[in-house]
Amino acid sequence: MRAKLSSLFDGLLPVIATLAALAVGAVMLLFLRANPLEAYAALWDGAFGSTNAFAETLVKATPLLLVALGICISFRGDVINIGGEGQMIVGAILATWVGLTFTSLPGWLVIVLAMLAGFLGGGIWGGIPGFLKAYFNVNEILSTVMMNAIAVQLMNFMLRGPMIDPSQAELASKIPQTARLLENFRLPRWAPTRLHLGALIAVVLAILVYILLWRTVLGYRIRAVGQNPNASRYAGINVKRYVVLALLLSGAFAGLAGAVQVYGVNYRMITDGSASGFTGSAGFNGIVAALFGQLHPIWSIPASILFGALLVGANKMQRVVQVPSALVIALNGLVVVFVVSSEIWRRRRQRRRLAAAREDDTPPEPDSDTPVKTEVHV
Amino acid sequence: MKKTVRLFMLFALLALVVGACGTPATEAPAPAEPTQPAAPAATEEPAMTEEPAMTEEPATMEPFRVAVVMPSAINDLAFSQSMYDALLRVQADMGGESNFEIVYSENMFVVDDAAAAIRDYASQGYDLVIAHGSQYGSSLQEIAPDFPETSFAWGTTVDTFGEPNIFAYEAAADQGGYVNGVVAASLTQSDVIGVVGPIETGDAKLYVDGFKAGVAATNPDVQVNVNYIGSFSDVALASEAANTHVSAGADILTGTAQMVVGAIGVAEENNVLWFGTQSNQTSLAPSIVVASQVYHWEVVLNEIIDSIHNGTLGGTSFTIDLENGGEVIEYNPDYTIPAEVQTLADDTVQGIIDGSITIEMAE
Amino acid sequence: MISDLFSVTVLVGILASGIRLATPYLYAAIGETFGQRSGVLNLGVEGQMLLGAFAAFYVALTTGNLGLAVLVSMLVGAILGLAMAFVTVNLHAQQGISGIGFYLFGLGMSDLLFQKMLGTVETVKGFPKIHIPFLSDIPGLGEIFFSQNLMVYVAYLLVPIAWFVLNKTTLGLKIRSVGENPEAADSLGVSVAGIRYFTIVLGGTLSGVAGASLSIALLNVFQQNMTSGLGFIAVALVYFGGWRPWGVLGGALLFSMVNSLQLWIQVLGIPIPSDIAVMMPYVLTILVLVASVSRVRGPSALTKPFERED
Repeated sequence: MRAKLSSLFDGLLPVIATLAALAVGAVMLLFLRANPLEAYAALWDGAFGSTNAFAETLVKATPLLLVALGICISFRGDVINIGGEGQMIVGAILATWVGLTFTSLPGWLVIVLAMLAGFLGGGIWGGIPGFLKAYFNVNEILSTVMMNAIAVQLMNFMLRGPMIDPSQAELASKIPQTARLLENFRLPRWAPTRLHLGALIAVVLAILVYILLWRTVLGYRIRAVGQNPNASRYAGINVKRYVVLALLLSGAFAGLAGAVQVYGVNYRMITDGSASGFTGSAGFNGIVAALFGQLHPIWSIPASILFGALLVGANKMQRVVQVPSALVIALNGLVVVFVVSSEIWRRRRQRRRLAAAREDDTPPEPDSDTPVKTEVHV
Repeated sequence: MKKTVRLFMLFALLALVVGACGTPATEAPAPAEPTQPAAPAATEEPAMTEEPAMTEEPATMEPFRVAVVMPSAINDLAFSQSMYDALLRVQADMGGESNFEIVYSENMFVVDDAAAAIRDYASQGYDLVIAHGSQYGSSLQEIAPDFPETSFAWGTTVDTFGEPNIFAYEAAADQGGYVNGVVAASLTQSDVIGVVGPIETGDAKLYVDGFKAGVAATNPDVQVNVNYIGSFSDVALASEAANTHVSAGADILTGTAQMVVGAIGVAEENNVLWFGTQSNQTSLAPSIVVASQVYHWEVVLNEIIDSIHNGTLGGTSFTIDLENGGEVIEYNPDYTIPAEVQTLADDTVQGIIDGSITIEMAE
Repeated sequence: MISDLFSVTVLVGILASGIRLATPYLYAAIGETFGQRSGVLNLGVEGQMLLGAFAAFYVALTTGNLGLAVLVSMLVGAILGLAMAFVTVNLHAQQGISGIGFYLFGLGMSDLLFQKMLGTVETVKGFPKIHIPFLSDIPGLGEIFFSQNLMVYVAYLLVPIAWFVLNKTTLGLKIRSVGENPEAADSLGVSVAGIRYFTIVLGGTLSGVAGASLSIALLNVFQQNMTSGLGFIAVALVYFGGWRPWGVLGGALLFSMVNSLQLWIQVLGIPIPSDIAVMMPYVLTILVLVASVSRVRGPSALTKPFERED
């Protein structure tokens, strides 16, 4: 019982850390002549204050959750995937292409195909660094950083050229955007909010990823390779293949996030030339959300909602109190650092719990923690 | 626990640094006219506006409330700043903050966030919500019908989607670009001119195409080298692009968008002339800036506001150009242009205004 | 038109430009090399660069003292490094992610300070080009190698210094051992925490200088997010260079030269779409690494926190 309460507290640690970061933010707000109470009231209001606000939070959380799911997979395979931005973009490009090309097919079919296309596009974009790592020893941090930049230019090229909105092509200004998706190709919304089916898809996928990681051979092997590649090799697992798979799947989920953004929110692909203009930095923020959720797919759901709330609320705060948006970014950074720093307490408490359990001779609870690399799980 | 305290103190220290530096700055006088840098955070004192013009008391006591959503920073010395400055000018003309309230959301380069902001402002009853970015169109198309009492303005574009409460506005950037091109072609001695652009789209493309047309019409032998660096923010790359142009023999440079400050620095270093657009860039390099096409959005804003007061909330598209004074070629008073070039420039402006000159844009 | 590319002017231009462009990458990547060799990944380089850039710019603008400006940027970078070191060494935070947090913090903070303390974009009189007498008059080579500004020269000097420190000094030995096998190093009396604190703070300091090299030497201006991804590329270059200073130099030069090349391609009007041209440095970096079939292994303890087993 006490162990369960203790676990619960651990789950709340990210929240506590966030509050600590916000406290520092309050000091900054004071110096900017803004009222922290008013500011944080606006933050809460923006995230949870009305049905519409909460819907916006969920809309923001959806791509975060999808990316986070991919991160859960890759981190447990001990691969760092910071290529989420690029993978989202490529997934979105492919998915949009599907919707613009197969205009005569029924709506539901196009949506399914588009989601698969997004999965595929992101998978390719993640699989390439995976392949390069496994077979050419190219470090994945290097390759994913490069692939991100390449994806942005690819997006600019496609959106200004082959995929440009025909009505824009006539104009001298040529805004880089695609044509709007047909009505019946769009993900249904829960009117009058912007909450769309993508959110439900993400939640369902979270459950599927949990099953994948802990109830399938594939997931087991990914985790084994992540915990101890040498032991896994001796046990007969093709380590290289699973490294590739970890990155590929991770990229695929990011690609799906991109597709969902296009089909659920904007109904077209549009950019201002930068990566974050399309992704909203979900490729990076998804990593943070995954960490908030202790790299567990189910816990990533509330984690993504929390982080999405933070982002949406912070924008509202900026509007109400008229502080520079730079403060919001700095605050974002502080929250990340604080949450990441709070991990140490969670791990210490976990170890104490494990030690206590061993003394009691009771089996420790199945903990889904970050790979610690101390024991071999075979 | 000790560790947490230490970490907390570290960041509190950093925050204190912000504060310590922040306080005196808000009292400091504005460094460059007409921007008011400290204005956004402290919205209490109306002291930030320039001397208000003598206006008759407006009929209504209600202030006119405007919200603007922008894709970059309000002090980017380019696109977003041009709109924010214009709003401040309108505010000054209308007698200050009590009559004209401005709120803004900057750095909204994520279309999603901008949409949330626009919707939020509309639901709070702002009279006019300006979506200052061509990428906001889709969002506006959905939001506007939900708020028939609110007037929306969208730029830079000509499309109002046929909605009764959307205004569209655009800058005929090619016009000023043309004039700049004419002057540049007349002043160049090496017959090589360099252009540094962000991405070949929108306002940037219009300006550059206009510039090229102006050069071609004045002296077809002048070579114009164009470099789109692929980003709106990579200042270092913009500066290297400028260096490349200079090495290729350019003695005049021009460019558009906020990262262009890097190019201006290079121009100054190499004594190469500069032509600017969107905002007056003289302050960055007073010795080599020849002229800037400055956007005076207030021309359009005033028309929109009048329209709203008369009950029309949208449906028209406006353009700022040389004719209506929305675009003004502002010359650097410290740089003297030969008299005949000045005459040519003025004639060109006149020619565009009365239609005798057509801008032929190559494709 | 492609033949234009091979004219002397253009080649000289590309090389000179490439050398200049590589400067901030060099400072930041060399700093990161020390950190990674001791087992720490710092993805927050970009945040340190931006704050360093602003600090240097502000000091240069208000005091006109360039030396002081560089010192302040070093201090700012060092403070951020200290924070990162604390979070990494004492709190064992997940390194990749804490780095991203510091990046966001630096990005937002530098912009915030810029808005509050300056308010508008302006230029500063930065480090001028130094023309080394006689040598700078050599046609071609003179422009490329001997007509750059001070911060450029110092950046290149760092490479042999870093190589020497890492490979020929006791300190370097300690750093490398901490990165390879911290348990063994610890048992031999090397303070793992101390070494890591040192390398992380050093990395932060150099990142601050990298930022200064942008704002008061190469560009003479400060603008929000002016680094635009540079810090992340610098981190990637450490991997490219196989954790060796000369390798990092090679990576920085390759990347910058190709960047410089693509600029010239556009200027010369060679008909490659601008987006494709901009892609070139990134694609090439990956291709070169693949082709070189690097067998260099990274420091074994990279990204793993060290805890003394009691």
